[in-house]
Amino acid sequence: MNAKQISYGILLIWKAVKRTSLFKSLKDPQFFFGLLPLLWLIVFFLAPILVIIVISFASTSFSIPPFSEVFKWSIDNILEITLNTQNYISVVKDSYYIHAFFNSIVLSIITTAVCSVLGFAMAYGIFCARKERRANLLVLVTLSFWTSFLIRVYAWINMLSAHGMINRFLMKIGLTSEPIQFTGNYYAVCLGLIFCYLPFMILPIYAVLEKIDRSCVESSWDLGCKVTRTFWRLTVPLSKDGLKNGCILVSTASLAEFVVPELVGGASTITFGRVLWTEFFNNLDWPMTCAISIVMMSMVMFPSFLFGMIRKRI
Amino acid sequence: MYGSEDPLLSVNRREDWQILGAEPFVSIKNISKSFNGVPLIRDVSISVFKNELFSLLGCSGCGKTTLLRILAGFDKPSSGKIIIDGIDVTDVPVFKRPVNMMFQSYALFPHLTVYDNIAFGLKQDKLSKTSIADKIGEIIKLTNLTGLEKRMPDQLSGGQKQRVALARSLVKRPKLLLLDEPMAALDKSLREQTQFELVNIQERIGITFILVTHDQEEAMTMSSRMAIMEEGKIKQIGAPHDVYEFPNSKFVAEFVGRVNFFDGIVLEHQLDQILIESNEIGCFCNATHAGAVPVGTRVTCAVRPEKIMISTLRPAYPRNWVKGVIKEIAYLGHISTYHVLLNSGKVVVVTLPNLLRLDDRNFQWEDEVYLFWRSENSMVLTV
Repeated sequence: MNAKQISYGILLIWKAVKRTSLFKSLKDPQFFFGLLPLLWLIVFFLAPILVIIVISFASTSFSIPPFSEVFKWSIDNILEITLNTQNYISVVKDSYYIHAFFNSIVLSIITTAVCSVLGFAMAYGIFCARKERRANLLVLVTLSFWTSFLIRVYAWINMLSAHGMINRFLMKIGLTSEPIQFTGNYYAVCLGLIFCYLPFMILPIYAVLEKIDRSCVESSWDLGCKVTRTFWRLTVPLSKDGLKNGCILVSTASLAEFVVPELVGGASTITFGRVLWTEFFNNLDWPMTCAISIVMMSMVMFPSFLFGMIRKRI
Repeated sequence: MYGSEDPLLSVNRREDWQILGAEPFVSIKNISKSFNGVPLIRDVSISVFKNELFSLLGCSGCGKTTLLRILAGFDKPSSGKIIIDGIDVTDVPVFKRPVNMMFQSYALFPHLTVYDNIAFGLKQDKLSKTSIADKIGEIIKLTNLTGLEKRMPDQLSGGQKQRVALARSLVKRPKLLLLDEPMAALDKSLREQTQFELVNIQERIGITFILVTHDQEEAMTMSSRMAIMEEGKIKQIGAPHDVYEFPNSKFVAEFVGRVNFFDGIVLEHQLDQILIESNEIGCFCNATHAGAVPVGTRVTCAVRPEKIMISTLRPAYPRNWVKGVIKEIAYLGHISTYHVLLNSGKVVVVTLPNLLRLDDRNFQWEDEVYLFWRSENSMVLTV
């Protein structure tokens, strides 16, 4: 191959590229700017995930970084791919991990369920308030975001601890003589999760409720539906989208939560996030951590897919 | 009973509202309503008869929608009573009243199909599925919605939405149907057709309608009688032609159509007509249908633009004519509007049908013309 042949070949390839529809549509500004978020996702989401997937098939070694190579060029130009599936097998087989998964899922489901009931009630309460008061009430809901997440959780620890406000109050009124152990169990974790993620349920539901046409509600009354029946037949179905979005936000966030179980849960509560932390920082087992993250991510995505499918059905 | 009759046969029959002392179907008795100390409705009393299509006409903020909401039961009156078919419903809550309302925004339930929207009210009554289906089938045929049952509201055109809203409010066979600006969201060409359709449906189904509108043409086209409201008070109630030809005040005369006002003083009062001298236009004019106005009273003589005729020749009789110069001509297609400047400085508006083509017509700008009208067409108003 001489230089002329190569340049001719490049020219041919360039012509072929120019003819593709992708290249043609690049000239369309709408398409071009639509590509930017895609690019963002590829660089900051897809690429790291690919790295994680690759590492999850490696095995630990005493090196920097602390895992063996998956792709290796040998001296005679042979690409060796070493896939270590042991990580995944451990994740699926080890009862410790299964326990952690199960706990996280149950916690997430309970949190989502309680949040959706409480969140709906609170959103509806704000919606029913006088117009000029609604903005203030919404600020109150978002007020907790203004402080650090950690501080909010610490506040709960302070409330629930052996010498916390609740115990002191209970002892003062004589309901109990010794402090009750509130923290260090799954109830406390659940309470913390519900408290931390309730705003994520309230806001999307309120957004939908506010859009409901007032005359629709009046029309329902006019057609003979009393207030409670109107609520169930009209208000709830019309706020379904907000409820779904809130559920997705709360369930995914609470499934992967690390801070709340770590701080409120004590040593006995084992969840996803905590297992991940232990594997990475205590055991320096990067491949295992990656395998757990991949499994976890698939499970976090699962409820979203589920809700997506339900939405298509309805 | 009314609904089953051939409408053609009933043209010459006297309806309830034309019979003196007939029993009203809906009685609005001395209703007042104020909100935060601001009076919205002041002592309104209206009797609506069975099978009537009654209009509440007024500009925005006159209290007509508030009155409708009181009738529907959404708002409570501060005082007064509402009686429907002999039953006092003033304290009956909205979901129990034998009244349905069609909203201006139509208020269709966005999550339900057309069929389920119409079935919404029936499912409340614990009817069997087949009887619900029968009732809906009937109403869908009546409102010409066949084939659209499975559509969602956002897949309908404006006219279709309006018919679904109508079907939904009619399907429960209320004793009284309230319509809040039913045509407001339709475009002009569709509106006219829909007005006739609505009247047709009303005649066939035989339900009493009360309609709120700000459009006097709509009220006049559709209603058997109408009430003109201003600032929470009723100004006049009557059949459209009565209100148009015999308004009781300047406000009503102006509200239901264009009109020319001439201020004057009563000079003579004879048995069947009065003589008015008007300095504003500089002529004497006769008026019949004047009522009791003693000599010397300051009155306003009102003449509608289409009742004034134009001629280049001086009329032979001594009264009911003035001289002027045509200053403006507005060509509207079917009619033309002439603005005639009188010697006194007053501008009189006259409309004439365009019988001739534009180039062939008899009067042009700056022509000196005589305006004249029949004495029975001068309306004498004291307020």
